[in-house]
Amino acid sequence: MKLKLNGTDSEITDGITVTGLLETLKIEPGRVAVEVNLHIVKKCDYDAHTLKDGDSVEIVNFVGGG
Amino acid sequence: MLNDKLIIRGIEFRSRLWVGTGKYKDFEETAKAIEVSGADVVTVAVRRTNIFDKKSENLLDYIDPEKYKILPNTAGCYTMEDALRYARLARETGVSDLIKLEVIGDEKTLFPDACATLKATEILAKEGFIVLPYINDDPVMALRLVDAGAAAVMPLAAPIGSGLGIRNPYNIKIILEQAKVPIVVDAGVGTASDVAVAMELGCDAVLLNTAIAGAKDPISMAEAMKHAVIAGRLAYRAGRIQRKLYATASSPIEGML
Repeated sequence: MKLKLNGTDSEITDGITVTGLLETLKIEPGRVAVEVNLHIVKKCDYDAHTLKDGDSVEIVNFVGGG
Repeated sequence: MLNDKLIIRGIEFRSRLWVGTGKYKDFEETAKAIEVSGADVVTVAVRRTNIFDKKSENLLDYIDPEKYKILPNTAGCYTMEDALRYARLARETGVSDLIKLEVIGDEKTLFPDACATLKATEILAKEGFIVLPYINDDPVMALRLVDAGAAAVMPLAAPIGSGLGIRNPYNIKIILEQAKVPIVVDAGVGTASDVAVAMELGCDAVLLNTAIAGAKDPISMAEAMKHAVIAGRLAYRAGRIQRKLYATASSPIEGML
């Protein structure tokens, strides 16, 4: 299925969960926040939240700033 | 300086110097400068994770959230909606309830949008954030923000990254007298003396980034800033002498030949 991942069109396995996506991308869940279609997904829901074709997913973390 | 701890909403701060993490050469230099500065509040920005570069490092591998208080910002946001979105994402990382609220109103000066900042403060405070808004050196706005639920108010010394120092010490003084929350001078300081001036005015802390990161030797400047905050605070507590137009001799006349 197609996902918009941090603004980039990406092809990802059907029915993947947020946890699965982070594992695929080798991203440590503790250091990020995830938003799907402008709604924040709480960490406790990462396992249960299944992504759908066409979802827009944003994964953010902290970078240097003032 | 016993019992001179800065406390905001029950959070105790070790240092009155707060530092940013932007514009450094690399994460190692960032970590070293912050350690030398003695700061315990460290600001960070919220941005997209680099998902395609598996080797990209995480800032928090260098700045331990157990050791430092992480203060996420909403830098780069030009609308209230964007600032709320960034603030909520920042909190969802699970590292901090603090938010340095910035809603920018003008690209060239990076001055804040006062109306949007006020509305966002009200909403985020109701959601349980510890809101620390960045504002102009405007005493009336400082009071409005306190009413809206700001835990502290952070007036700028001068435009972000300008290094001009405190341009309107009298407004900062009025803010200090009127707003009954901690006041943190945020942005625009250039060197150690600017920081000392802010602290001598009675400000509770100073937040800076470029003044250290942009110095020729950031590590030495970090150390200078550490001393400037301590010196300025001590001088404020000690109470400076009155300014006078004419001289007063320090040595006695009595006993002269």
